[in-house]
Amino acid sequence: MHEDMIRVEHLSKIFTTGFIGLGKRIVAVNDVSFNCKSGEVIGLIGESGSGKTTTARLILKLLAPTSGEIYFRGKSIWTMPNREYYRCVQGVFQDPYSSINPVYRVKHLFNNTSNLFREVPKNEASHRVKEVLELVHLKPEEVLEKHIDELSGGELQRILLANCLFVDPNVILTDEPTSMIDASMRVIVLNLIKELSEKHRKLIVFITHDISQAFYICDRMIVMYQGLIVEQGSAEDVVLNPQHPYTKRLISDVPKLKQKFKLSMED
Amino acid sequence: MSLKDLLRHSPKLLVGTCIFTFFVLFAIFGSTLFNVDPTKPEFGSLETPSFDHPLGTDILGRDLFAQLIHGTGYSLKIGIVAALITIAIGVGVGGIGGYFGGIVDEILNLASNVVLTIPTIAFLIVIAAYFRVRSEWIIILLISSTSWGGMARSIRSQVLSLKTREFVDLAKLSGISRVRILFFEVLPNMLSYLVMYLALSVAGAIGSEAGLSAIGLGPTAIVSLGMLLRWVIVWEAVRYGAWWWFFPVGLTITLITLSLLLINDGLDQVYNPRARRG
Amino acid sequence: MDGGNHDILIEAVDVKGYYDVPKGYVRAVDGCTLKLRQEEIIGIAGESGCGKSTFGKILMGYDKPPLRMVSGTITVNGVNIYSVTWNERKRIWGSSIAMIPQYSMNSLNPTRKIRNLIVDAMREKFRTGISESEMVQRAEHRFKDLGLSSTALDMFPFEMSGGMKQRAVIAISTLLNPKVLIVDEPTSALDVSTQRLLLELLYYIVKRKIVGSMIIISHDIASLRQICDYMYIMYAGKIAESAPMERMIEHPLHPYAKLLLDAVVTPEPEIRKRKLEGIPGAPPQLIKPSIGCRFSDRCPHVMDRCKSEEPPYLALEPDRFVACWLYGEGMGTDARRHDQS
Repeated sequence: MHEDMIRVEHLSKIFTTGFIGLGKRIVAVNDVSFNCKSGEVIGLIGESGSGKTTTARLILKLLAPTSGEIYFRGKSIWTMPNREYYRCVQGVFQDPYSSINPVYRVKHLFNNTSNLFREVPKNEASHRVKEVLELVHLKPEEVLEKHIDELSGGELQRILLANCLFVDPNVILTDEPTSMIDASMRVIVLNLIKELSEKHRKLIVFITHDISQAFYICDRMIVMYQGLIVEQGSAEDVVLNPQHPYTKRLISDVPKLKQKFKLSMED
Repeated sequence: MSLKDLLRHSPKLLVGTCIFTFFVLFAIFGSTLFNVDPTKPEFGSLETPSFDHPLGTDILGRDLFAQLIHGTGYSLKIGIVAALITIAIGVGVGGIGGYFGGIVDEILNLASNVVLTIPTIAFLIVIAAYFRVRSEWIIILLISSTSWGGMARSIRSQVLSLKTREFVDLAKLSGISRVRILFFEVLPNMLSYLVMYLALSVAGAIGSEAGLSAIGLGPTAIVSLGMLLRWVIVWEAVRYGAWWWFFPVGLTITLITLSLLLINDGLDQVYNPRARRG
Repeated sequence: MDGGNHDILIEAVDVKGYYDVPKGYVRAVDGCTLKLRQEEIIGIAGESGCGKSTFGKILMGYDKPPLRMVSGTITVNGVNIYSVTWNERKRIWGSSIAMIPQYSMNSLNPTRKIRNLIVDAMREKFRTGISESEMVQRAEHRFKDLGLSSTALDMFPFEMSGGMKQRAVIAISTLLNPKVLIVDEPTSALDVSTQRLLLELLYYIVKRKIVGSMIIISHDIASLRQICDYMYIMYAGKIAESAPMERMIEHPLHPYAKLLLDAVVTPEPEIRKRKLEGIPGAPPQLIKPSIGCRFSDRCPHVMDRCKSEEPPYLALEPDRFVACWLYGEGMGTDARRHDQS
């Protein structure tokens, strides 16, 4: 049964700058509505300024909306206590080097996350930590005692995915999880994300500016531009048969391997 | 890295730490090894250094070496305690304002700016003169209440930038309270800065005390390095050519300050390595 | 190769450039050979840490400590660049060969107007007999040519978008019409449409002969594919394979090149139909490289010979070079002695 895991209704977020809001007004998210079901990978695509990251932060309760509602399984997320909500919804962010506190070792990350599971005894929790690290093909004894400068971007990003799995949420929002990783490791991380949805039935919201990566792993795609949704549909429909001029331009401007740009200044 | 590694990495740090530790030990153990009352005028006047009086005596017949021991002790105490209080206030004000934002930040930031711009010397003179009897704690509070402004601003800006880092977001996603995040996630990233600032603050506080005392507004009941300077001035030691009286005090203040600056510089070298220049 | 002059503008033979660090030497460029002809656009591709940026600097003669040119020869426009002094090299930088380093659009002095930056640059690097006003006039024409209005000259960098800044940097770097332009990661931190415009711009400045030839260093193979005629793929300080662009894309030979090209995601239908394979593991540390082929620990076709002997960089066809034991002794001609004129 594919239920509506996350439902966003008429969500808006307006930022004001200046002293007591007398400065500029930025409409980051403009009356956005969409829904996502469990077990799918849904892509939220847009370039900088599109509002995709703000939308993600709103869903993660890191920001409060100006208007609109977000529902998790029918319940408004703002009525749910944080510790309950975060056992169901988690996030993985862009910069793996910034996502773990550089002052501490990697195990500190998992210690923090166990705050959500205070009722679980400590040795059970450490056992679970080792399990999830192995799930992302990492050796616990090789990473837990290290600091972030001793590990590569790919390893760190996998540790963050493992941290997500430790919580075992229903929904994972990943914000540009591969933009700071090399091409060869990127595919491995993308495959891992796809596996989370297929094998573990999680809803993955994949937020990116890179429509090609989204095309590889997403079932459905939502294209945003300047705070608005301009197009949504299945991945094939959106990429192979785009309707909105912005989407069309976006796809045609992406460099491809099989065909070259028509260079307008060709002699 | 461990303390040993730190010291090995930077010669400045090593030298600074050695000199400062020497003065600390000098202050702590000096009076047990050389048990003479610095305030009793029981010896001959203006005696040059000798075995009995390693730094000679002043015009009133008081032993100068004993004065130096006590003076160093009190100055270090005033300096260190004032610096710790300054840092506690600065971190509290800057950290809370920077992290929580909003109206709290506006108020705390305003307070920091006011404290920063008040002319410290003038303020200290006015307030100090108001107190007829000044214990060392009055001096400590005077110094620390006027010097936390710069630190608060600096901590605030660092907290502002650190709180947007993703590890802070992830801590929130673990349901950790904002206060815990501030103290256990954000502030630990500034430890190296705090240690460096501590060294500078101590140097500054010792200097402030010396300055206040030299103009007669220092602690009234105790012998501090600043008080020793005061006596040098009041009794016109220079006119008497009593180099054993005026020289060691100035040298001590200079060396203590220098050692703290070296520590600060050495730590800076270790924590902020610059690219090798060819 | 079709059309154009076959004059060789850069010839680099078995170049080694190391970084002198306390722990030893970082062998960022460890025996690389390259040839650049007139009117050619060459791409140097590779992942982070492969040495491509360092190679770009070395090719220019910019071996500022701790970087050091250790061995090999580099001839730029006929000049053996490491046989002349730093000051003599400074004279040819800008006019004979120019470089746009990574993130250069972020290093525009934010307190100076573009017009003054041009004058600054001219005074600092360009040392020619042209007067200031003439230089600014030339800049105005060039800006217009590159799609920037002349009002851009009176802007501050923070008033310009990323794309505008990058164009301004390109315009300033090419004012003296250098024969060779080396660009490092021209399209990072820009959005997709701006990236496309920039690639077109780079193509344009070669076709309109504003510069003679170009070397583009990038990790984005799909972007390089759009305008480069020839591509080098680097791995761990060495060149794994080099070939004309079309041939490389159609049929890469080196296992790393194959895997790297397979890992490129594009919005084309084939991507949905199969599972892509990345390359597990990580590149070796360049400070203590292992013996044998540097890719051997991650290569799906590894043989015993690969672990003990480094494969030489050999020509398989007149225009195509690979360093891999799968291809035996190639044509039997060592690239280092190969002459293609």
